[in-house]
Amino acid sequence: MLKKIKLILKSTREYKKFAIATPFFMLIEAALECALPFIMSILVDTIAQIKTPGDMLVTSYNALHLSVVGLIILLVGMATVSMFAGIMGGVLAGKASVGLAANLRADYYKKIQSFSFANIDKFSSSSLITRMTTDINNVQMSFQMCIRIVIRVPLLLIFSVVMASINGGNMVFIFIALIPVVAIGLILIGKGAMGIFRRVFKRYDKLNESVEENVSGIRVVKAYVREAYEKEKFNNASDSMAKDFIKAEKIIALNNPLMNTTIHISNILVLSIGSSIIASHASYDAINNVIAYDVLSPGQMSSLLTYGIQILSSLMIFSMVLVMLFMSLESIKRVAEVLEEEPTIVNPENPVMEVKDGSIDFDKVDFKYFETAEKNTLEDIDLHIKSGQFVGILGSTGSGKTSVVNLISRLYDVLDGSVKVAGVDVKNYDLKTLRDNVSVVLQKNVLFSGTIASNLRWGNKEATEDEMIEALTHAQALEVLRGSTDGLNRKVEQGGANFSGGQKQRLCIARALLKKPKILILDDSTSAVDTKTDRLIRKALKEDLPHMTKIVIAQRISSIEDADQIVVMNDGRIDAVGTHDELIKNNKIYQEVYYTQNKVGGEE
Amino acid sequence: MPPVRIRARAKKGTMTRLTKMVFKRYPWRMAISAICIVFNVFANLCSSIFVGFVSSVVTRAIELGKNPFDITASYKAEAMGGSVTINSNATILLIIMGVIYAIGIFAAWWWTRTMAITTQEFLNDFREAMFNHMEDLPIKYFDTHKKGDVMSIYTNDVDTIRQFVSQSIPEFFRTAITVLFCFITMLMNSIWMTLIVILCTFGMMANTTIIGGISAKYFMKAQRQVGVVEGNIQESINGLKVIKVFTHEEESINEFEALNEDLRKFQTEANVKSNITMPINGNIGNFMYVLTAVVGCLILVVPGFDNLTLTGMHKIGVESMDSFYSMLLSFLMMCRMFSNNVNQLSQQVTFIVMGMAGASRCFDLLDEPVEMDEGYVTLVNCEIDENGLVKETEKRTGKFAWKHPHQADGTVTYTPLKGDIVLDHVDFSYDGTKIVLNDVSVYANQGQQVALVGHTGAGKTTITNLINRFYDIKDGKVRYDGININKIKKADLRRSLGIVLQDTNLFTGTVMENIRYGKLDATDEDVYNAAKIANAYDFITRLPEGFNTMLTGDGSNLSQGQRQLLSIARAAIADAPVMILDEATSSIDTRTEKLVQDGMDKIMKGRTVFVIAHRLSTVQNSDVILVLEKGKVIEKGNHKSLIEQQGTYYQLYTGAFELE
Repeated sequence: MLKKIKLILKSTREYKKFAIATPFFMLIEAALECALPFIMSILVDTIAQIKTPGDMLVTSYNALHLSVVGLIILLVGMATVSMFAGIMGGVLAGKASVGLAANLRADYYKKIQSFSFANIDKFSSSSLITRMTTDINNVQMSFQMCIRIVIRVPLLLIFSVVMASINGGNMVFIFIALIPVVAIGLILIGKGAMGIFRRVFKRYDKLNESVEENVSGIRVVKAYVREAYEKEKFNNASDSMAKDFIKAEKIIALNNPLMNTTIHISNILVLSIGSSIIASHASYDAINNVIAYDVLSPGQMSSLLTYGIQILSSLMIFSMVLVMLFMSLESIKRVAEVLEEEPTIVNPENPVMEVKDGSIDFDKVDFKYFETAEKNTLEDIDLHIKSGQFVGILGSTGSGKTSVVNLISRLYDVLDGSVKVAGVDVKNYDLKTLRDNVSVVLQKNVLFSGTIASNLRWGNKEATEDEMIEALTHAQALEVLRGSTDGLNRKVEQGGANFSGGQKQRLCIARALLKKPKILILDDSTSAVDTKTDRLIRKALKEDLPHMTKIVIAQRISSIEDADQIVVMNDGRIDAVGTHDELIKNNKIYQEVYYTQNKVGGEE
Repeated sequence: MPPVRIRARAKKGTMTRLTKMVFKRYPWRMAISAICIVFNVFANLCSSIFVGFVSSVVTRAIELGKNPFDITASYKAEAMGGSVTINSNATILLIIMGVIYAIGIFAAWWWTRTMAITTQEFLNDFREAMFNHMEDLPIKYFDTHKKGDVMSIYTNDVDTIRQFVSQSIPEFFRTAITVLFCFITMLMNSIWMTLIVILCTFGMMANTTIIGGISAKYFMKAQRQVGVVEGNIQESINGLKVIKVFTHEEESINEFEALNEDLRKFQTEANVKSNITMPINGNIGNFMYVLTAVVGCLILVVPGFDNLTLTGMHKIGVESMDSFYSMLLSFLMMCRMFSNNVNQLSQQVTFIVMGMAGASRCFDLLDEPVEMDEGYVTLVNCEIDENGLVKETEKRTGKFAWKHPHQADGTVTYTPLKGDIVLDHVDFSYDGTKIVLNDVSVYANQGQQVALVGHTGAGKTTITNLINRFYDIKDGKVRYDGININKIKKADLRRSLGIVLQDTNLFTGTVMENIRYGKLDATDEDVYNAAKIANAYDFITRLPEGFNTMLTGDGSNLSQGQRQLLSIARAAIADAPVMILDEATSSIDTRTEKLVQDGMDKIMKGRTVFVIAHRLSTVQNSDVILVLEKGKVIEKGNHKSLIEQQGTYYQLYTGAFELE
């Protein structure tokens, strides 16, 4: 855990000086806050010495040998410094904590950009997002609390104890005796409530999940007339959760009386013991009508009461802060987990910077996604593709089609065997070089908010308008420019929500083409495109880009039947390789798929 | 439809409404808590009064050379500058103090506990009321509100109500009483010194409003930027693999860092401002303390500067010096209490303002008008005798009839449930301006299959929305078995319609429970049969715990195809004479696809079916195919006749258009 905290704190960087300076100012503020009542008690006692109107400069009784005027100046000075320190502390703490969060976000972002697919698979996207938003916010809050309060409060406690002992001598032991009582009380309350709370919060999350289900599934609820059923389910869950909450709240409600009790007890003790000390040590000068106090004066006694409240309430604040800090440890852990993650794929030393052609060779490749997985996802894959070939891959879900193509651009590393592009093992290429030459259109493809042009430029930053139009033409995607006067600057909403499924897929293909890759991989990228357009895309690729190796994964046989070779995958192995005519004659799986697809519809 | 904008500020009257709700619901508890708070505050205030009493008793005793603790003795004790005088000794005073404290502690325990319990009960009722109300809202509400916004009412906004009831109400009351009590006591002691206090209080309030206001402005700005940054984060994390494939990492990082830097700037401003409010206020409190002491001194030393109290002008002579001095002591303590509480009060104000925005959103949900239902035609079990006469019965006969009471003559007619659906020249618009359906007519006889084909936004889903009255049209243009569906009770209408949607929407629970959702009183045997009809039985039995496998997060542990099979089974068990099917477009592998298709075919058999079709096989076999474009039926007929027309359907069919 300590290592994780250290890792997080590394991101303070340029704000480190602020973070270090903050406690220093908080120290000044806390010291002054404690000294102020002490000086005030002296002021009050000095004022008490005023017996003749006009005598403002009495010095007869006071520990600092200052006049009333001097004391007032001192007090005003102290308050000013304290305010300055408080403001500085606030400013610096604000800068430091916000700065840390901003740096953390940047570090985190850079880190996940360095992740390989294997790293990405380890975390779900939603968890990566919460870590970066909610958890980093928690870290920011707890960090600010640490440098401001966690340091200030114990200081306040210690100073108060010191001042109380200066003012009240041995009477400080009243407070020292009460501190463990309060501490134990707070711990017991915290322990009792925390257990219940932890349980209840889990149920709370579940309850909110069920609300979410109802919001998104409201059509199902209404269609099946299940409103009453859902209400009853929710109300029961909510009732039993409320019961648990009340249990915990009853324990928490002991907090207030605990504090009241200890403060009141300390007050009574201070007053009774204090009074008897005052009474037994003071002497009265009847002639001048002056009381000379020894050991303790009423002014000091009243300042002791103030210190008592300060000591006990700072203990209380401290306990609350600690609880919050403990809660944020979980966030720290979750953020650190990502920062600690080592990218599994990094650039090799002395990388090959050029891909000569589009030939691909799989030699006895074994592969699995997780080291712990029992079964290999791919077994003994041997496949040789010549530059410029059109290769189709077919197989049912989970047969390993996507896994095969993901190895080509080294999105994952093989377990055994080797994958070569242009005769060179993919592990020896510079990653950017390799991926710029092997363009993959992923199954789950996304467009980013911006414009059509900004999305296409992902393929090539310097792409000219003509190049973009050309790529759109090849991908049969020119129609997206119609119906809008903005042309290539037509807006793309988040996730490409303003385009139909087929349009999105074609835009993604155009984006991939702009790289001018040696190898193009379409992973089920035309599923929403109609058969005619699908055919046109393939025709364009074949005729206009003959030297580019094309690998197409498809569900529809019509998408791949004119391929140079078709690979039939089954259960992680290559079942057969051949042309359409060969496979239709002698491959069972191929035949089965072919006949189901052509039984009805007859669209071919 | 444009999503409804969520309010950022509270509507007027929100606080009154919420407070009224709490007080109406728990009048006694609130009253007793209020009394307890008064006791609690009083006990705390007694500290300063008793400090005055005790120290004046001690001083008097010292002057007399006696023991202040002597229980038989009686000394003149003064507090609050001599405005309160009693005769007593230290022992008795301390005992009284102890008793008052004990009452105070008990009161404190009682009100915190009561308020905590009350808060949770109130919150529970509130949450349930919101959920129950939400379930009764029309589909329109869900179509016009973002899911995230609705969820945030439950996850964030309800919490602000908790804050308000458990903290703000009692704290506001407590601090207000303390401030008031302090203020009166201070006025009784010295009006001059109180003036200083008032002055400083204004300073604190000004500080809170001005700096707080600036801070709030930056918080809003920062919050907006948070939205932008989180949007970017979401987009790039969801598209992380695409970024990798395009080696777009550096550009993404640069883009993010620019946004992140802006966020840092705004947040720093907001944070810094809110961080400095407290130290400034706290030290204004210190200045106030010192200034008060100065004024006290001046009253003492400047001749003719007399102390003014509520009871009049008081000359400070040599003999009243002591009492003035002890007054000063308690006044200064009071000062501190006063400034602390004013500070807390101003903090509460910030909380309340923030909380009310949340509460306001909760009330917005509660104020949404619920789904109207003026239907009176109901669905009843029936028996049909050999003469074709329909008789209502309590028994479960498996046969149903529409019970139609006629208001005019008081008679009741029964119409057997068949499944004829007619849409008669229907026009429809969601928002009253943009026409979604334009003169659409559909006649579906019992057992007929109607396919709806067309582009996204052509109006396919709208038609099904009207049939099950997710949206209402005014006059009787949609009829079920010849009955205007507006006359049919919504629950009964929907019970007579089965539905399989594109989004499967499974619920947390076992597979068994999810299938049974279609018919709550179904036996296990019924569930197995429905699963078999839907072709789901095989895969379910292969699940680790079969039908008892828990599903969570919309069945995220199942594949898309398996989820669809379950939603078909759920519709199968409901066994309604009319089905509405929205075929999924997402690609599933050939084998599962075949199962899904087969399952769909089985539940379509013998039923009237409306299908939003994406598969050629479904379209081809339909009795009627409606080709929709921009809310109009542009072609209508069966497969053969439409192919012969060589129109839009022909183009769709031959693959010139995308079927989506």
